[in-house]
Amino acid sequence: MSDHTQHDSHHDIAKHVKVYILVFVALLVGTVVTVGLNYLHFESMRLTIAIALFVAIIKATLVACYFMHLISEKKMIYVILAFTVFFFAGLMGLTLWTYADPPALTTFH
Amino acid sequence: MEIPYTSQARPDTGIYNAKVGIWLFLASEVMLFGALFSAYILLRVGAPDGTWVHGLLNIPIGTFNTAVLITSSVTVVLSWAALKMGNFGRYKIYQSVTILCALGFLGIKSFEYKEKFSHYEVWLKKPITVKHGEHEVQVDRLLGHIEYQGKHPAFWNTKTLAGATEIKDASGKVIKAAVPPVEAFKLEPDPFHYTMTAKEIAHAKKAAAGKPHEAIEIKAADVKRLSAFVPSHSTYFAIYFTLTALHALHVFGGALVIFYIWGPGAKMWKTDPEQYINRVEVSGLFWHFVDLVWIFLFPVLYLL
Amino acid sequence: MQATTHKTAHAHGHDEHHHEPGFWQKYVFSTDHKMIGIQYGLTALAFLLFGFFLMLCMRWQIAHPSQPIPVVGPLLASVLGDVAAKGVMSADLYNSFGAMHGTIMVFLAIVPLAFGAFGNYVVPLQIGAPDMAFPRVNMASYQFYVIGGIIMFVSFFIPGGAAQAGWTSYSPLATTIPTHGQAFWLIGMVFLITSSLLGAVNFIATIIQLRAPGMTWMRLPFFVWAQFVTGFLLLLAFPPLEAAGVMQLMDNLFGTSFFLPTGLAVGGRLADISGGGSPLLWQHLFWFLGHPEVYVLILPAMGIVGEVIANNTRKPIWGYKSLVFSVVAIGFLSFIVWAHHMYLTGMGTKISAFFQTTTMIISIPSVIILTCLFISLWGGSIRFNTPMLFALAFLPMFGIGGLTGLPLGFAAADLHLHDTYYVIAHFHYVVAPGTIFALFAGIYYWFPKMTGRMMNEFWGKVHFWGSFLFMNVVFQPMFFQGMQGMIRRMADGGANYATATNPGAIGGLSKLMLDLHSVILWGAVGLGLCQIPFIINLFYSIKNGKKVENDNPWNATTLEWQTPTPPPHGNFDHAPEARRGPYDYSVPGAAKDYTPQNQA
Repeated sequence: MSDHTQHDSHHDIAKHVKVYILVFVALLVGTVVTVGLNYLHFESMRLTIAIALFVAIIKATLVACYFMHLISEKKMIYVILAFTVFFFAGLMGLTLWTYADPPALTTFH
Repeated sequence: MEIPYTSQARPDTGIYNAKVGIWLFLASEVMLFGALFSAYILLRVGAPDGTWVHGLLNIPIGTFNTAVLITSSVTVVLSWAALKMGNFGRYKIYQSVTILCALGFLGIKSFEYKEKFSHYEVWLKKPITVKHGEHEVQVDRLLGHIEYQGKHPAFWNTKTLAGATEIKDASGKVIKAAVPPVEAFKLEPDPFHYTMTAKEIAHAKKAAAGKPHEAIEIKAADVKRLSAFVPSHSTYFAIYFTLTALHALHVFGGALVIFYIWGPGAKMWKTDPEQYINRVEVSGLFWHFVDLVWIFLFPVLYLL
Repeated sequence: MQATTHKTAHAHGHDEHHHEPGFWQKYVFSTDHKMIGIQYGLTALAFLLFGFFLMLCMRWQIAHPSQPIPVVGPLLASVLGDVAAKGVMSADLYNSFGAMHGTIMVFLAIVPLAFGAFGNYVVPLQIGAPDMAFPRVNMASYQFYVIGGIIMFVSFFIPGGAAQAGWTSYSPLATTIPTHGQAFWLIGMVFLITSSLLGAVNFIATIIQLRAPGMTWMRLPFFVWAQFVTGFLLLLAFPPLEAAGVMQLMDNLFGTSFFLPTGLAVGGRLADISGGGSPLLWQHLFWFLGHPEVYVLILPAMGIVGEVIANNTRKPIWGYKSLVFSVVAIGFLSFIVWAHHMYLTGMGTKISAFFQTTTMIISIPSVIILTCLFISLWGGSIRFNTPMLFALAFLPMFGIGGLTGLPLGFAAADLHLHDTYYVIAHFHYVVAPGTIFALFAGIYYWFPKMTGRMMNEFWGKVHFWGSFLFMNVVFQPMFFQGMQGMIRRMADGGANYATATNPGAIGGLSKLMLDLHSVILWGAVGLGLCQIPFIINLFYSIKNGKKVENDNPWNATTLEWQTPTPPPHGNFDHAPEARRGPYDYSVPGAAKDYTPQNQA
């Protein structure tokens, strides 16, 4: 990026390339792990979901931080994303809460 | 006065315009896919226990597709890195891999869709006895492939069995010929049903492996409902097709933009290399987002 | 307008090879924010008029149930056929007019005018930028808006007519009406949402990146802050509705059951669907947008009122920091109040209490804004020109609208008031004599900058007083009708529930309440007639209005008034520098009673 004068050198980009390859391998491993764990058929649905989402979040974080350079991005971008995450959590959380908090004698099934 | 900060970063924010723009756009995309994921959760939580469809998607193919997309994600960032180091040739090669991976992903997805359209669920008016793995069970719902008059049709539903009457226009000319009703058809049943747990399905598939498919005859009069695995089959397939089709549209759109910059738009490398690198970076950011969405889509739809 | 922009289209400072653009490049496919702003403005005003016409037909019909509408009735019959047979609107036609009135007013008129038109024209000028950050995206945003508008308009003429399930398009009704109007509505909405998203990205990026040197965040005109927050509301709240729209389209066209519950029966027969869906899901996703949307409708208006008041009191607006803090707070809170539109859907007490609390909290910054604007008048040297009259009237009108929202925000009171005419009165007070008055103020205020001529003051005042009177005649009675239990969206105006025809029944509608329909009708007719001088004034003054004596006829401080009239392509020769706050009126010791923002 033209704003990172100190990152313009070949040496620095070459270091980044190493990181990209490492992340790539990690993502592939993560995929294999997710699918592999799936074949273990845990008894609890909650555990299955938690593990699958946990691995997915790790993979997503790697893509966001390293491929999308978020780890060295400017504050402005973090602010925009923080608001987005908050509102997304609100949408999902509050909507789910309406299902979890029905009036007395009511179920949603 | 020219618009400033199109390729140079603005000092106080440290970013150039298009990067702010793409992150804002990605924020809106997070809300878009987030809303669909919220819908998925609500529909699933709201479904009666044991009725949610699962285990019907091809996991090996899905895994392969995931690897294809992850590969395209790394080639997109490597192509940008090559450009930053001034290596236009390497950029071209890496980015062409990206585009090929995108096309591969879409091709595989189309194959998956096509497979679903000729795979069915039949609801019967009266239960019959079927083998699920090693057990014989009484079921009124079957999964399987239809064989009719030597062919394996797609997109059949309950209405198809009733046939269609002739449609004539005002002058009496026949626009659509009459389709005779289906009296009976053969079904090659799957050795499992999605109301079973994942473990039971795995066991049933194993037990039935290698054994020949026995087609059973089903009379149309015994059918309560017939549906292929299309969006109208169940809310699971509705959300599956909606999420993956919207995602595929984004893959297609992203690939198109990346292709344009790689091909017809490559002239800019000579005239304004900084702006060109920025374009590659910005389109790359979009591409990574598309990969990010898939990282969640794959386990949620295929594995859970 | 066209003549003057044509003359000054040549900008200095561009490269020498820039030749004069042709007609299509300059007026139709322009990427200049000012031209796009004008395009948005004219298109939006046309839709505003069309939406008003739909309402007039409806109001006439319910004031005279089963009687043919004079003049317009035969026209409807000839254009729309059976649904308006013999000039009488059928119930289905009434419902589609109602659904489209709401849709057109909100999405095709107010938002494009408040955000697309005023935002586009004024924001880059006020921050000292040459244009929006992404001019071609700007043009695309306008084009998507036009396409969406055309689809909405065309839907009236397809067999079965336009969408009929309210602007809120609740499922399963929206999916089970056997015509295609809803599909057109959904496809049109996808285009409109895309237009808004592109616009929002542009506005936010522009305000962040293209502020002139010295234009710090706390030196921005209040109008820019309002548009900035509005941009975020559009950016983050629209996508869930787009997702919901796609899902409802799937329900309508591909037989899915996203919003259709198991066991749904239509016309007494079980629907042939998979079931398993949730009508509530649609409501959540719709109102997740729907609530921020109403703040999209009001924030730009508050911004305009701030500008006009500062200028016409010859003093800074009071409480700039509070105003900024309040708009940001409103923006933030507006995302977590939406279910106050859903109190009657069977929510539990905990979640109901949550939304009631956030709804009450969000009223605080709104009151702060109104209070700051009111206090701004104190000690001012007030000029009662037409823009100021509209801006002043905004204050009590928005006050009434906002205060009447409070009973609706309380779940207990809303049990009685939900879906009644009280709600209609509440939101119309906020948007009609609220936002629209502010938009009129903006038109009269910025017209001289766009055209180099003033609009006629006399007819402006006629427009103002007439509108002010008739807005209240139209909407005030609706509060009472609503409190008496008159429900919304009744094609016969409630005649079925009249106590006269149901003697002894509890909760019927009295003759007075039903007769008020006639009062409202004549108010609406009067309101419409008072817009005629405005329309004539607007177009006549382009060529024949009084010419401005200089580039800053209002003696204003903000940067848009420190440019040539109209501003050329690129706006400024060199980036202006902001050297002071935006409202340096009556600075002690200054030569004039205003000091422009770029003056040292």
